[in-house]
Amino acid sequence: MNTKNLIMEVKDFDFTYAGVDDPSLKQINLPIEKNKITAMIGPSGCGKSTLLRAMNRIHDLYPGNKYGGEINLYRENGEKENILNLKKENDLIRLRQDVGMIFQKPTPFPMSIYDNVAYGMKLAGVKNKSELEGRVEKALKDAAIWKETKDRLNSSALGLSGGQQQRLCIARAVALKPDVMLFDEPTSALDPISTGAIEELLAELKKDVSVVIVTHNMQQASRLSDYTAFMYLGDLIEYDTTDTIFMNPNVKLTEDYITGRFG
Amino acid sequence: MGGKLFKNFSFFSATLSFFILIGIFSILFTYAQDSIREFGFDFLGSEIWEADEDDEEIGIFGGYIPVIGTMLSTLIAMVIATPLAMGIAIFLTEIAHKTLVKPVSIAIELLAAIPSIIYGMWGLFYFAPIVQSTFGGQGVGLLTAGIVLAIMIIPFMAAITRDAMNTVPDVLKESAYAMGATKFEVIKDVIMPYSKGGIIGSIILALGRALGETMAVAFLIGSVMAIPSSITDPTTSIPVLLANNFSEAQGLEMSSMYYLALILFVVSFAIISVAKFYFLGKKVK
Amino acid sequence: MNRLLLNKIILVLSTLSAIIGIGFLFWILITLSYKGISALHLSTFTNDLVEGGIRNLLVGQFTMALMASAIAVPIGMFAGIWLREYSNNSKLASVIRNLSDIMMSAPSIVIGVFVFALFVAPFGSYNGFAGIIALTIMMIPIIISTTDNMLSLVPKELREAGIALGGSKHKIIMQIVVKAAKVGITTGVLLSFARIIGETAPLLFTSANNQFFTMDLTGQFPSLTVSIYNLATYPDEASRELAWAASFVLTAIVLLINLTGRYMTRNKK
Ligand SMILES: Nc1ncnc2c1ncn2[C@@H]1O[C@H](COP(=O)(O)OP(=O)(O)O)[C@@H](O)[C@H]1O
Ligand SMILES: [Mg+2]
Repeated sequence: MNTKNLIMEVKDFDFTYAGVDDPSLKQINLPIEKNKITAMIGPSGCGKSTLLRAMNRIHDLYPGNKYGGEINLYRENGEKENILNLKKENDLIRLRQDVGMIFQKPTPFPMSIYDNVAYGMKLAGVKNKSELEGRVEKALKDAAIWKETKDRLNSSALGLSGGQQQRLCIARAVALKPDVMLFDEPTSALDPISTGAIEELLAELKKDVSVVIVTHNMQQASRLSDYTAFMYLGDLIEYDTTDTIFMNPNVKLTEDYITGRFG
Repeated sequence: MGGKLFKNFSFFSATLSFFILIGIFSILFTYAQDSIREFGFDFLGSEIWEADEDDEEIGIFGGYIPVIGTMLSTLIAMVIATPLAMGIAIFLTEIAHKTLVKPVSIAIELLAAIPSIIYGMWGLFYFAPIVQSTFGGQGVGLLTAGIVLAIMIIPFMAAITRDAMNTVPDVLKESAYAMGATKFEVIKDVIMPYSKGGIIGSIILALGRALGETMAVAFLIGSVMAIPSSITDPTTSIPVLLANNFSEAQGLEMSSMYYLALILFVVSFAIISVAKFYFLGKKVK
Repeated sequence: MNRLLLNKIILVLSTLSAIIGIGFLFWILITLSYKGISALHLSTFTNDLVEGGIRNLLVGQFTMALMASAIAVPIGMFAGIWLREYSNNSKLASVIRNLSDIMMSAPSIVIGVFVFALFVAPFGSYNGFAGIIALTIMMIPIIISTTDNMLSLVPKELREAGIALGGSKHKIIMQIVVKAAKVGITTGVLLSFARIIGETAPLLFTSANNQFFTMDLTGQFPSLTVSIYNLATYPDEASRELAWAASFVLTAIVLLINLTGRYMTRNKK
């Protein structure tokens, strides 16, 4: 396996939710390749979301969870940073700007389309109006939703359809120029046409960012991703190129899952 | 009880509130007639409240002072209560650790359950002297009444605001955090706009409560028919004037009291309706 | 300003608000207990107001609140049942809901004035019945809203299952639906009882007050809350002491009933 060009790396990672005795994730090792799409699959409850939510420390909103091991983020200059060591609020904010996240249900903020996309940049301190406008436009174009929104940038984002809202959320994240984007079942609440649009979008996006996507849908994983990780009951069972996982898995359990024998 | 009877009695009970409200309005309006005919709308602008020396049944009665007193004490209460209630709601929904939420909520709700007469007692004997030594004046007056009124409506306002804020889905907040927002930014940009209807509704409902509050204010506002020239001066309010003088009044004075009660009733009816329809209009799924 | 600093400031201010709120609760409760308990004697409970005790006041206040509940609880429950089970959420139902909520927030002194006009003035004397009616009017909308809310939590399937077994609608409502919502409704009843037993304004010129023990509802009727208001304004020390004792007892009763109600639903929600 070629692991030279990593953007993130999960190493010997354990995770235990507050008030729970047993860890929900055990000794996870998972490389995230730069400018590739990595898919996480596995039956419901196996810990996919839990792992994804560790990668931008969104778990920290709820006190008492326990992390073990390392999750490294490789910076532009080749330096690596274990994000589990971040303590200061400022560092966590920076991490979340570098590692964006898209949720299962679209989450437009109760504000205009323009403000939704400009929001993260404003938080990050971008004040210049023409720069904001330029980046909003670019992000909306990158998220393939510019055409539908350019004439209604000042109307409420809540008026968009579900699929449009999800692309808006992607635009919102893209506008921050993150290094990594985490998607937690981003299409499972959408109709097939919107799903197709988002899949196309993801394939485009990987030119600029590295993508990690949790999905329920195995066709989606095989269509879309370069690498696939199969998880089961809090363990990472197998990680490899998507072709290998789907055509020629090494582990019996993976094969059983892929062929629909359980899950 | 047969099904038909059961249903009819249910229906009768349900319509009762309607008839009681109509009844209240008609009675107040009828008994206020003499005063309305005599003074009309000028009633609100006149500050004289005097029975005739020879005939107790007549005189000149104007509602300006109690109306102004009601408005000012309510205004003071709202100015103090609103930020504190918002703070408590934010604390309960976004800051407090899980184990603290329950006891703090119960404490706030108990504060709301204490009868208003107790606030009056406590305010008169413990709080008025503090106001006096800090701000001057005689202890009782607008400011004391306003502050204690604020303490009374805070829990009510905080509880409704908290409930409204609790309706914001976690994932919406998470996605704001995922953009690098701080807690305050999430509150300001996501939670507040999302629960705006409920928050404004709670403020208006609390306003309605403050306007109609009687006992706490009766102990604390000073109960004198005078226009306050400073914030610590004593004055009176509509409910307090009614509480203290309604039963002894007669003739035109009595009718003027009904007039005041009618004004209070109509104003709070209007205020609560606004809050209600705001709620209903903005109710999110 | 630095956004992290602003964030800290707001979080500190919010926490401070909560501390202030709780501070006031404890301040009030502590001064009340201190003043009240030191003024309490056994004789406070065995004497009537005329002899410097509160026996008749307690009996009077409870009598009025209980009788008001006896009227308001069935009416309010039936109204809530109509709203939830019979109205099909019609326009009329939403009008009634709104009016009932408005009535719940109507100034209590205005209700006192209304009842005075109808049930005191025509008879030429304050009377216990008038006090009961005023409290009933205060209580009905609270019970309506509780019943309405609690019934709305009962799953639709329960009603359908009942109908499927061949029950008639009103039997299913009483035997299944209301039973399922029993705990919630009981809590609501206790909370609203706690609220009306502490009311003063609607009693001031309806039942007024009575220094002596009486059960005669056609005349002035003893009231704990009205007495507190009167006693507190008397200049003599003994009256004030008694006002504190009475305030303490009243608050203890109100908070105990309130907490009991909350305790009943502690596992819910
Ligand atoms: N907040 C939580 N507290 C405790 N346990 C949780 C929490 N969230 C998820 N879990 C548990 O962690 C495991 C993994 O959940 P999750 O990561 O959501 O699974 P997936 O996304 O693969 O369906 C499950 O067993 C789930 O019950
Ligand atoms: Mg999941």
